[in-house]
Amino acid sequence: MSAAIDSQSSASPATPAASLPVAEGIKTTGRVTVDNPIICARGVNVYYDDKHALRDVSIDIGRNEVLAMIGPSGCGKSTFLRTINRMNDTIPGARVTGQMVMEGQNIYDRRQDVVQLRARVGMVFQKPNPFPKTIYENVAYGPRIHGLAANRAELDEIVHTSLRRAGLWEEVKERLAQPGTGLSGGQQQRLCIARAIAVDPEVILMDEPCSALDPIATARIEDLIDELRESYAIVIVTHSMQQAARVSQRTAYFHLGDLIEVGETDRIFTNPRHKLTEDYITGRFG
Amino acid sequence: MSRTAADTRVLVEKSLRRRYRAERRFRIYGIVSVFVGVAFVLFLFSTIVGQGITAFRQAHITLDVHYDAAALGLDDSSDPALLATANYPAVVRNALRDIFPEAEGRVASRALGALVSVSASHELQRRLEADPSLLGSRERLRFLASADVDQLLKGGIDRTLPEQARPLSDQQIAWVDALTARGQLGLAFNKGFLSQGDSREPEQAGVLGALKGSLYTLVITLLLSFPMGVAAAIYLEEFAPRNRWTDLVEVNINNLAAVPSIVFGLLGLALFLNVFGMPRSAPLVGGLVLSLLTLPTIIIASRAAIKAVPPSIREAALGMGASRLQMVSDHVLPLAMPGVLTGTIIGMARALGETAPLLMIGMVAFIVDPPRGFTDPATVLPVQIYLWADSPERAFVERTSAAIMVLLAFLIVMNAAAVVLRSRFERRW
Amino acid sequence: MSFSASLLLLLALIALGYWVGRSRSLQLVGGAGGIRRLHSLPSYYGILAALWCGLPALLVLALWAGFQDSFISRLVAAGAPAEVLAAGPAHVGLFMNDVRNLLAGSIASESASEAVRAAAGHYIQLRGIARMALTGLLVVIVIVGLAFARARIAPDYRARNAVESVLEKLLLACSTLAVFVTVGIFLSVIYESVLFFRQVPVHEFLFGTTWSPQTAMRADQVGSSGSFGAVPLFVGTAMISGIAMLIAVPVGLLSAIYLAEYATRRFRSWAKPLLEVLAGIPTVVYGFFAALTIGPALRGIGESVGLDVASESALAAGLVMGIMIIPFVSSLADDMITAVPQSLRDGAYALGATRSETIKQVVLRAALPGIVGGVLLAVSRAVGETMIVVMAAGLAANLTANPFEAVTTVTVQIVTLLTGDQEFDSPKTLAAFALGLVLFILTLGLNFLALHIVRKYREQYE
Repeated sequence: MSAAIDSQSSASPATPAASLPVAEGIKTTGRVTVDNPIICARGVNVYYDDKHALRDVSIDIGRNEVLAMIGPSGCGKSTFLRTINRMNDTIPGARVTGQMVMEGQNIYDRRQDVVQLRARVGMVFQKPNPFPKTIYENVAYGPRIHGLAANRAELDEIVHTSLRRAGLWEEVKERLAQPGTGLSGGQQQRLCIARAIAVDPEVILMDEPCSALDPIATARIEDLIDELRESYAIVIVTHSMQQAARVSQRTAYFHLGDLIEVGETDRIFTNPRHKLTEDYITGRFG
Repeated sequence: MSRTAADTRVLVEKSLRRRYRAERRFRIYGIVSVFVGVAFVLFLFSTIVGQGITAFRQAHITLDVHYDAAALGLDDSSDPALLATANYPAVVRNALRDIFPEAEGRVASRALGALVSVSASHELQRRLEADPSLLGSRERLRFLASADVDQLLKGGIDRTLPEQARPLSDQQIAWVDALTARGQLGLAFNKGFLSQGDSREPEQAGVLGALKGSLYTLVITLLLSFPMGVAAAIYLEEFAPRNRWTDLVEVNINNLAAVPSIVFGLLGLALFLNVFGMPRSAPLVGGLVLSLLTLPTIIIASRAAIKAVPPSIREAALGMGASRLQMVSDHVLPLAMPGVLTGTIIGMARALGETAPLLMIGMVAFIVDPPRGFTDPATVLPVQIYLWADSPERAFVERTSAAIMVLLAFLIVMNAAAVVLRSRFERRW
Repeated sequence: MSFSASLLLLLALIALGYWVGRSRSLQLVGGAGGIRRLHSLPSYYGILAALWCGLPALLVLALWAGFQDSFISRLVAAGAPAEVLAAGPAHVGLFMNDVRNLLAGSIASESASEAVRAAAGHYIQLRGIARMALTGLLVVIVIVGLAFARARIAPDYRARNAVESVLEKLLLACSTLAVFVTVGIFLSVIYESVLFFRQVPVHEFLFGTTWSPQTAMRADQVGSSGSFGAVPLFVGTAMISGIAMLIAVPVGLLSAIYLAEYATRRFRSWAKPLLEVLAGIPTVVYGFFAALTIGPALRGIGESVGLDVASESALAAGLVMGIMIIPFVSSLADDMITAVPQSLRDGAYALGATRSETIKQVVLRAALPGIVGGVLLAVSRAVGETMIVVMAAGLAANLTANPFEAVTTVTVQIVTLLTGDQEFDSPKTLAAFALGLVLFILTLGLNFLALHIVRKYREQYE
């Protein structure tokens, strides 16, 4: 791990913010709060025009843990993921109510600069989407626009470290000047992860990061997620229950826009308390 | 119903011949239609080239001239004012009389002099003014022949017509033949056509002035319509909220793209010339009008190119914490650039061929000197074609066709560039 | 100092502004090492400062450039000799023309009158003052903007957001330019048209059947103010456009169908671009061709069969215009035909329909609204086409239905009335704007309708 990144993370205020109170009468089964959360969602609703896509979701995202979100298609898990870094802003007609508090600051506050937010909350998408530029430029883009490197040497260092942490360095060190779109699917996705961690965010959101990859590439990404947990809070949406069981510490189950159940991953998969959760993980639907 | 399946089969078989005939007929209509269009293209090009190719060669006469002080009516070559008024045509005539001593008398001498373009005198004056020491010396020079001689050599004048019905007399034709036989008269590459401005004399008329005018006009058009068109396209694709105002703007742009070009000329006349008092006939105003005209084309093409950039690229950039403007300038616009440039080139090609609006703002004047700036009076290539097409002389028909060839050559190059750009750099997602 | 020099000076000052803004931001955080303490990258502070000094100054420069000459001219005209002023605005205009010609050097100074020379001197003097004032003003604006920007720069100042909101507004402004162009066209033609309709009643213009816009040579000549009945022009326009559509619609449609449904890939790959060449040829070339090749040829054919064909007949212009519009119709028709879903075709084929039956009875019927829209767009184009008719149709305003005679069109008359030396306020030139208004409203209406139909059609199959 590089010194630059260490100093960055220690620079961020690490006030052990207590979790916010949860409203009475919450329908979610299980404990939604954690100690010392980095983000607390409270009563979050999302509407697309008239469609109520997400109903009254409250959940904490803890530091140094992987939170997996599972559920059948259209259940709102991706929608919720995109509210965490306000990517829903780009969808016309999308509206968000409720609170999404990151270290004491509501990210839906008018004063919140969405660019700064996304520098703190990185994202990896379902389909690998490297920029049609060189591998180097892909990773260097974030540090460049956020002014994270004072000179070329620092930038080189960031690119090197990020690629190394994403487990891609050995494969691409000889061809940093080639286009990122020329890599294989799994390599592209790791490039996207390297690109995300180059900005040194606090949270990384992953929207079904392995759904377009083969099993070997998937295994590599899963290992990577496990390593990255040491430094980041990770929220991952997945369709694969095995994957959720393998990589996450906590699991949240969504159903038709409701957050049904949250709990330790082991507990959710061995002893689900809610009927819907049980039906889903035992494969009755989904 | 008493009809059986067998009956149906018989009925269908009976109708088949008729139906297949109709099918064949329909196909033939289609082929004929395609060939009508294609044949017209070929016909048009072959006619234009057939008429215009000869203009690139021009009749020249080689003469031994004597800068004779007596003939020039000059005794002192040091005074520039005298040099300007000297009798140069006499020198030209004398040079011809040396070859044809039989041309005695005023009438014959004048008829002989008419074989050479009036530009010969100007050429002599230029040379003598540049070097007054030439006075009294002799020199072998090549001059332009007059347009009539040129046409005679190119077969544009029918020798079998009665003498009164053609512009050259029998005597003049005899001289022309004699000069040709001596090797002093012949066709050579017409340098002046590409290096001179307009002229009332067809043999001296060239397209350089119009080319420069077109260049200046297009520079203004490009400078204005490209940034504005791209900016408008970016706004409409990436920033505009879906509301009535945006709808209005969109409908407006599409409509504007189909408004007749002459209406833009009216706007230019009323607004730029009458309200702002800008100079008439200037490339500046022409460029302004044409930029308004090409703006919708560029906006529509740029929007299509921007729309073709996949949303995943935008998400990736936004997810990295790029602002929307950074997303556009760092990713979307560079990727859309080939399409944007293609649209721009096509818009510029359209502007290059545009005539009507420029007539409105006075770019139809007869202008000899090529423009030297954006506010000099100028004309453009299509307008030059329009002006020459109005001239009755046969020599101008040839030049008009040649000017069209020049114009079409530019258009072909521009469109080819657009095609190459599209096929080479446009990305398929 | 000339405008181009002012512009260069301004650009230099803007560059200076960028540098000042950028270095100020860096200085506040103690050099490049402190970039992270800035809210935005240093270049944004630079751009912001540049915008603050550049935008107002550019605006002033543009306005100044637009109005300086007319303003000075007005001042000079006010100082014209008393007898010129007394003779009315037309004479003042002539006087100012002389002054302008003298300044441009197109008339020799000896031939100008004393008063003209004095006025020209006055003009030059005023222009000098104006340019000095402009330079001074620009410098002041830049300095104020720069001082303001420098004072606002602070490490936590959101320079990027500020720059982006300004740039976004600029983008917005560019996108609304198209609306302003439309409004500008409308206002400028309607203004002159109103002046025209004060002299010639609207109903006479729209329903009169005689068009001879000869104006009186002398202002006091009564009764010879020309007649402005535009019906012959409308009929001529309709006839030529009609002939053009008779050529373009069947040929364009059939070739689109053939190329889309029948042609082999190889045939299409060379025939289609060749047809599209027709769309790229400048109209002046078509005009030349119609006037010099098609017109005389038709006349010759007419003579050989005993028909009297004018050498500038409506037929020649319409024919060539029709050819010009073929690719327009065919590419629109091609879009419409390919938009018809394959399932519709399959349905017809499954019933045992032949190809042409499928096309005629299913594909064309389904694509009809789109094709109608495309044809309307083509009509609007034919109506507004200028160069072909200017060169190949006549000037004579005959009210006739015979396509072998010469007719004239709205666009031809606009060109004729507005080229050549004309007094600007005479009914003759104003009439051109009234015709322009008719043309604009007509084509705008057609386009609006056509685009609406096409859009509805496209949405149906999306």
